[in-house]
Amino acid sequence: SWVFLCDLLSGVNAYSTGIGRIWVAVVFVFRLLVYVVAVENIWKYANDEFECDIRHPGCENVCFDHFFPISHISLLALQLIMVSTPSLLVVFHAAYREKKHHNQKLYKHLGELDGGLLCTYLISLILKTGFEIVFLVLFYNLYNGFQVPRIMKCDVRPCPKAVDCYISKPTEKIIFLSFLVASSCLCIVLYLSELSYLVFKYFIKCYLKRYIKKCQ
Amino acid sequence: MDWGALHTILGGVNKHSTSIGKIWLTVLFIFRIMILVVAAERVWGDEQDDFICNTLQPGCKNVCYDHFFPISHIRLWALQLIFVSTPALLVAMHVAYRRHEKKRQFRKGDQKCEYKDIEEIRRQRFHIEGSLWWTYTSSIFFRLVFEAVFMYAFYFMYDGFRMPRLMKCNAWPCPNTVDCFVSRPTEKTVFTIFMIAVSSICILLNVAELCYLLTKFFLRRSKKAGSTKHHPNHENKEETKQNEMNELISDSCQNTVIGFSS
Repeated sequence: SWVFLCDLLSGVNAYSTGIGRIWVAVVFVFRLLVYVVAVENIWKYANDEFECDIRHPGCENVCFDHFFPISHISLLALQLIMVSTPSLLVVFHAAYREKKHHNQKLYKHLGELDGGLLCTYLISLILKTGFEIVFLVLFYNLYNGFQVPRIMKCDVRPCPKAVDCYISKPTEKIIFLSFLVASSCLCIVLYLSELSYLVFKYFIKCYLKRYIKKCQ
Repeated sequence: MDWGALHTILGGVNKHSTSIGKIWLTVLFIFRIMILVVAAERVWGDEQDDFICNTLQPGCKNVCYDHFFPISHIRLWALQLIFVSTPALLVAMHVAYRRHEKKRQFRKGDQKCEYKDIEEIRRQRFHIEGSLWWTYTSSIFFRLVFEAVFMYAFYFMYDGFRMPRLMKCNAWPCPNTVDCFVSRPTEKTVFTIFMIAVSSICILLNVAELCYLLTKFFLRRSKKAGSTKHHPNHENKEETKQNEMNELISDSCQNTVIGFSS
């Protein structure tokens, strides 16, 4: 069940900047919702519906395992979880500081981050970007550039010769994979924008402080 | 996590919508999302298992199914519903931004602030005017565009809205032109026509809402032009607000300059 991830993302929302909240909305609607409502059902019987043109026992199993060392859907689920987890750092840090200040609500002003919490937020952004890129590269390398071909040739033992194997619903899989990869790229753009915005804001603040000190 | 989360997000927007907008939301959730959830499992659940081709050639069924159904009906509808609901998020974000600004003013101790406590700001219903009008109208426009695009895509992909019982397929590796049979074609046709009909109703509601908003906008403008003509010395409410904002900005600028120089 994805309820835990939903709760986590809702909790993160309180400590995010404006771009951070757009990211939460994108993840909720275009990745998590699409995954649960559509993607899970497409890949539900991927193994049963995978067919090879041979009756030799075990050949289908071995070929499926050869072409899909880790299925698309598992990789997508892992990606969603890993990408949402760095936000936990921010939530824990904020909770720790609130406890330290005797349970007073620390940041009544949403999105006003400073000092240590800003550092944690920036680290979480960098980690998220890293995870997204790692998973996209992994996907690209494992599946030859996001391809889902209709027919694959398999000659792994115990198949006696090169056999034709057919995936179910390849076109539908390509459509949804492309959609999720595009959402992932959009998320990377959002992370980089947020990172640049926060770093730029921080440097401007530092520069202004130094300038005021100089004037004094 | 399912359509319930979308319901929670859109429910918040409902408070700030027009009456037609509220009707649209109800139609969306009851007649489209609920029907999709019910139909998805029951009618389209055995989609590929019971799609049968008159051949024993391995792989022929998979290839023919993929050829006739590049994307399944229910997933296309799910995508349509997600895209059609998304513009409402723009309105939700704009409302949240306005609330945030009002809370900031309240905390600053703005004497001209008309709220007693912060809870009142949270509960306040914003009227659709000013920049919120533009956001709301754009969201309706995008909704219309998405609905139309998806309906056309559906019509184009499936050659109409009818589900045939029998399809002829000669994609490789099928050895010749084989007959393929879809499971429950009549039930699928009924649900398809129902979903298309409700989609058309939603388009009509959106068009009506757009016309209503535009009419309201032009009426307000002509009233304003009329009142300024007859009473040129009277400042209207919006000009008063703008003047107050200008005062606030110039005050804060002065304070900033004083702060820097000291």
